[in-house]
Amino acid sequence: MKPRTKRAVAIVGGLAALGVAAALVLNAFQSNLVFFFTPTQVAKKEVPQDRNFRVGGLVEGGTVVRQKDALTVTFKVTDGAESVPVVFTGILPDLFKEGKGVVAEGRVGPDGTFKASQVLAKHDENYMPPEAAEALKQAGHPMAKENFAGQGGSAR
Amino acid sequence: MNWFYFSSPSTFYTLAGRLAPWFFILAAALAAWGLYLGLLVAPTDAQQGAVYRVIFIHVPTAWMSMFLYFVMACYCGLTLVFNTRLSAMMARAIAPTGAMFTFIALWTGAFWGRPTWGTYWVWDARLTSELVLLFLYSGYIALSNAFEDPRRGDRAAALLALIGVVNLPIIYFSVQWWNTLHQGSSVSFKGTSMHVTMLTGMLVMSAAAWMYAIGATLVRVRSVILERERRAQWVRDAGAA
Repeated sequence: MKPRTKRAVAIVGGLAALGVAAALVLNAFQSNLVFFFTPTQVAKKEVPQDRNFRVGGLVEGGTVVRQKDALTVTFKVTDGAESVPVVFTGILPDLFKEGKGVVAEGRVGPDGTFKASQVLAKHDENYMPPEAAEALKQAGHPMAKENFAGQGGSAR
Repeated sequence: MNWFYFSSPSTFYTLAGRLAPWFFILAAALAAWGLYLGLLVAPTDAQQGAVYRVIFIHVPTAWMSMFLYFVMACYCGLTLVFNTRLSAMMARAIAPTGAMFTFIALWTGAFWGRPTWGTYWVWDARLTSELVLLFLYSGYIALSNAFEDPRRGDRAAALLALIGVVNLPIIYFSVQWWNTLHQGSSVSFKGTSMHVTMLTGMLVMSAAAWMYAIGATLVRVRSVILERERRAQWVRDAGAA
């Protein structure tokens, strides 16, 4: 083999080995790389008990209740199967809305309520003018729901 | 036609000088058109209102940050395998532009995240891996300049660049592999979930970023060539003239 062929083989081989190693490492860390847990995982107690974690899902329609102090709000986060009651005191992001994606950070209290210290809105990857969104809504298209479920391995 | 004619630094120097202005003109024209489409023609978004318009800078720069790294790594591979001089110079010339696009993508992303998600930064897989890309670019630039002999710097940094290629699929597929705060891709090989005018504006802006990257690389590679070949006869002749 010519020296440059040898070098090419070494580089391609090295990169392939590196790729396999990276794939194995990422696969091993799979469960630690998730940004949030789903309400189903919370219900099954597959979440950290002694430290803060994030729960993500959709804000269940009709569950958002503002308390008298106007800063405390309670709502339920759902993934379609299970739902987790959340209580949060603070300013909500603009995109926080019933039926839309949300990620809350905190921990589950003794009463089973998730006490959030931070609430983030998660929007989907659809961009369309308001008229188009309205038309879709009237046609009964469950847009937000299926897009949220589309992430994290359960893609359609 | 001799394909290796332009792989000589001296001939490529002339070619790059002649081509660069055209790429900058194209970049300016495309950016003007893209910004016109994005800021004036494209409708507001149903969910986000006008805030989503950051997309016209954010997505093209993020795409370029990954693509330029890939191109740089290809030149680095050529450097290691064939020991060619110009490929190493091209890799050096691409790195700062790539780092700049990475920085802009992170920066605009932060200012998009604040009003929509409610935070400038989270350590989710997409954001973190894009930050790692910025570190890879900086590491490449630092390592390639860390040696007395520039050719040794070329080879050491080339190895780093090739190892860093592993990060590219991680960035791209992070939103599919793991659940992240960052939303999924609006444009993929399967299709798009964007309104057509918005998509056109974004693609035109991407073409502008592409042209700018080529122009900037060609200008920078000219200085790298001059610096490296300063003892060569053709550079002395050019300097004397």
